[in-house]
Amino acid sequence: MSDKKKEALEAEIRTYVGKPIGPPVTGRDPVNEPMIRQWCDAMGESHPAYLDAATASDTVHGEIVAPPTMLQAWIMEGWEMHEGYDEPKNEQHRLHKLLNDNGYTGVLGTNTEENYTRYLKLGETVTALTVIDSISEEKATGAGIGYFITTVTTFTNQDGEDLGNMSFRVLRFKPADGGASQAASDGGGEAAVAQKPSRIKPPYGHDNGWWWEKVAEGDCLPIQRCADCGKLRHPPRPMCDACGSQNWDSIEASGKATLHTFTVIHYPQFPGYEYPIISAIVDLEEGERMASTIVECAPEDVSIGMALEMLIQEDEDGFKIPFFKPAS
Amino acid sequence: MQKTYKASELEVGQALPDLDLETTATLVAGGAIASRDYTPVHHDKSAAVSQGLPDMFMNILTTQGICSRYVTDWAGPDATVTCVKTKLGGPNMPGDTLKIRGKVVSTDGDDADIEVTGNNAWGNHVTATFTLRLP
Repeated sequence: MSDKKKEALEAEIRTYVGKPIGPPVTGRDPVNEPMIRQWCDAMGESHPAYLDAATASDTVHGEIVAPPTMLQAWIMEGWEMHEGYDEPKNEQHRLHKLLNDNGYTGVLGTNTEENYTRYLKLGETVTALTVIDSISEEKATGAGIGYFITTVTTFTNQDGEDLGNMSFRVLRFKPADGGASQAASDGGGEAAVAQKPSRIKPPYGHDNGWWWEKVAEGDCLPIQRCADCGKLRHPPRPMCDACGSQNWDSIEASGKATLHTFTVIHYPQFPGYEYPIISAIVDLEEGERMASTIVECAPEDVSIGMALEMLIQEDEDGFKIPFFKPAS
Repeated sequence: MQKTYKASELEVGQALPDLDLETTATLVAGGAIASRDYTPVHHDKSAAVSQGLPDMFMNILTTQGICSRYVTDWAGPDATVTCVKTKLGGPNMPGDTLKIRGKVVSTDGDDADIEVTGNNAWGNHVTATFTLRLP
């Protein structure tokens, strides 16, 4: 996009800031028990103030109230939403269409904040007014470059009484994958279906591939050994650092070890791993030291010098990895 | 009736009990319809697949509703939710186990902030902070 065209686009999107997306929307049904019950069924909710007048009277609420996070549900459009919108119906749709037509085809909800003034009572009618509150500068994000659009919705009852508010932030972006994901979402041809992420596999090369193969075939922990001077070495590498020989074989470790040092990883969290991770350096009984992970143990129960034993675990893809757990 | 915690009884860092929630198509669709969210990706697998996802996925209101009951089930019936801040992550779909964990992050007078995380095999699905007013 030329600078001029972009300037024009930015000037146009700024005109939306501060605008209500349309007239206030009033929920079709007043706050009612059947909708609360249906919500509670789905959410697994058994709160005494939501479901039964007798038990509700024993709570701080004194009467049946609606679950707080249900606030927005009272003004949702419902059935109409399944049809999608060919023509923009309100200012929010027009803003999104404008950005979409300029290449910002991706849309991602990023965060919400809801403030509940009080819980809603049976019979109240909910009205919502949504305003386009702010549009960020253009930002570079992991999904692609784009604009964060924040809308603020205020909720009132039939008497104009304040019930709470909600801000909702979405990212409207140019997909970093060059639009492949959008082609899929337009229904054009075969959709590229996302793959569930799994554990990142170790680098697997000429010098160490054999080690992982032996782990998988033998359910064991191999240690490389110099075929000439007998010195053990780990991680695997082509040459002995004692005699310089490139001849080697391997032995099977007993799996007994002691903990040399460790750290507990909470963040950043990657998909495919269970957190927290106890990342450890262990001293094998044979004398070599290796990096591994301690499993089947709470972080607070780990101490330097503790006795460990090796176990082989398979990840979701069937990849076998040696870990350590406290010795039995 | 279950007793409700007072803010003074809570310790910062205190953990809520774990909740591992098996996500089913019924839960995803049932939650979406209970929140009057008829967007097809929340009840129709083919609509989600055409958008590049393997299955229909949970809508935000269902995630919030489940997290809200997780927090108040623990805190007690007289805990009032006054604010929820939600950071949205990856999808939650049928077959996913949503691991919901919570901890007390701060207290202020009768108020307490509880941080809830929901993770599945795709990574973080939701991180939410619930502000509770306690008796």
